[in-house]
Amino acid sequence: MKNKRDLILSAILLIVLFCVSWFVNGELDSYIRRIVNLCLIYAIIGLSMNVTNGFTGQFSLGQAGFMAIGAYTVGIFTVPVELRANVFYAVPMNPLIAGIQMPVWLALIVGGLLAALVAFLIGTPVLRLRGDYLAIATLGFSEIIRICITNASSFTNGALGIKDIPPLNDVRYIFVVTAITFAFIAALINSSYGRAFKAIREDEIAAEAMGINLYKHKCLAFMISAFFAGIGGGLYGALLGTVDPKNFLFTLTYNFLLIIVLGGMGSITGSMLGAVIVTAGLEYLRIFDEPLEIFGTMIPLFRPGLRMVMFSALLMACVLFWRHGIMGTREITWSKLIAFCKNPLGFFKRKGASQ
Amino acid sequence: MSSILKTNAVTMQFGGVTAVNNLELEINEHEIVALIGPNGAGKTTAFNMITGVYTPTKGTVVYTDKNGKECDITGMKLSEIAKIGIARTFQNIRLFKDLTVYENVIIAKHLHIKSDFMSAALHLPWYNAEQSKAEIEVEALLRKVDLWDMREEKASSLPYGKQRRLEIVRALATEPRLLLLDEPAAGMNPKETEELTSFIKEIRDEYNLTIFMIEHHMGLVMEISDRIYVLDFGETIAKGIPSEIQNNQRVIEAYLGVDEDA
Repeated sequence: MKNKRDLILSAILLIVLFCVSWFVNGELDSYIRRIVNLCLIYAIIGLSMNVTNGFTGQFSLGQAGFMAIGAYTVGIFTVPVELRANVFYAVPMNPLIAGIQMPVWLALIVGGLLAALVAFLIGTPVLRLRGDYLAIATLGFSEIIRICITNASSFTNGALGIKDIPPLNDVRYIFVVTAITFAFIAALINSSYGRAFKAIREDEIAAEAMGINLYKHKCLAFMISAFFAGIGGGLYGALLGTVDPKNFLFTLTYNFLLIIVLGGMGSITGSMLGAVIVTAGLEYLRIFDEPLEIFGTMIPLFRPGLRMVMFSALLMACVLFWRHGIMGTREITWSKLIAFCKNPLGFFKRKGASQ
Repeated sequence: MSSILKTNAVTMQFGGVTAVNNLELEINEHEIVALIGPNGAGKTTAFNMITGVYTPTKGTVVYTDKNGKECDITGMKLSEIAKIGIARTFQNIRLFKDLTVYENVIIAKHLHIKSDFMSAALHLPWYNAEQSKAEIEVEALLRKVDLWDMREEKASSLPYGKQRRLEIVRALATEPRLLLLDEPAAGMNPKETEELTSFIKEIRDEYNLTIFMIEHHMGLVMEISDRIYVLDFGETIAKGIPSEIQNNQRVIEAYLGVDEDA
């Protein structure tokens, strides 16, 4: 009964949010639209990263590479055939793929599947490692993917990048993809496979003694993560309208690491919160980049770059005082929301006492 | 009574150290067998060889499955061993600390939920049927062992004795035929030990188990074991029923030392 109530409430929330996205898409200016789109895409990728790092406890830093695969798939296959000669002016496009054009949704799925395939191939050697070693190995592979893309000129146009991708900045479209991602991963985490992932995070040896095949489950988590990172990357490429190998430097991964550390490693709702805070926060802190004048005197520190200083300071404070991020491994659930609405003050007191 | 687990001269060497030498165990169905010995005798190593954590340097481990078929399980993976019906607990409790009691136990049902990944992730009807079957079984199990009221608590917040009990329950949830307990009474006070003694007997009869355990607590061992093996420096120095072991000169020497003046 409780499950049914939660399902209905979630469905209502989704419909309401969809209407909001409709409104944002139609009524608000392109700046706001852009921020909302970025929040949604970052949430997809943050959540995908949370599947390996947060839920399965495998510290992987390969997200930028998987994003690049998704973005390039969308880039290569959605540029209209007649514009391709113009895009691939240095090295002509490989005849194998020159004639193939796909709609965006298909290119997204193909990109996701390709990323998952690459994750499977990488996972075989890499997932035998643990902790820091795994992080370094995945980081390395992410760079290898980028270098491969840079050098496969006839497919990817090399360092010149691909332009003229039909832009996708319809908030509704991106919202629907985000909603599907969140619903799928929430369902996955609540299934017996999701529980097996958490068991691996908590104690690998005990998980194995419970009959959980470590390698198989880690690989699954890694592939799911790569699949959605690919989709997110594809959306990212389509949103920018151009892809370039320099977009997918390993530093990009740290944005998502930041999102999940801030939101909470192992929390679905935390990933969403983290994505919104990081993306919107970075935008709205731009006031610090503008010169500021109070009572006729210029405040000296306000100049371009201060925004990043402020952001770093906020992050440091967050990590110092909230070791587990905003949500930790907890979730915002309907029962908690209802309890909170009934008794806003008592809600936090009770939680404080039980910790 | 037929044998459920047999080891044929298993030996484990770490570099030049022989941790266990030519161990010959035979455990029969429905028995409670204890493995004792002073610290460093190789008891946990023996456990680890049976459950696939280590691959023995020499020798074989043979398990008789529920159809009466003998299979060689030497060097099989820990997760495969759990699937054929051998469950174990650990010397230093290895619960999933940040998860609730309920989650700890239902995770162990994963190997019995027959569902591929996609149908589980999409919660398709046949997965849901398996899932609710598992939920019913877990509820019955938790009620049986008096942990149902604590199902929402974090495993790490339970008192020590309950944590030990939960670890055994979690192993039970994999529906084993052979349960290996590594020092189940370690660190328990006398009352908790007494409870544990009756608990072990109870689950043996209730779930028709064979129990093989390592234990230092002699009161517990002598009370519930049908047979005892004694290890010292990797060698089997004695085996037999409790009263024989109590009076065995070599065992007494291993525990108390040899009287040099005599």
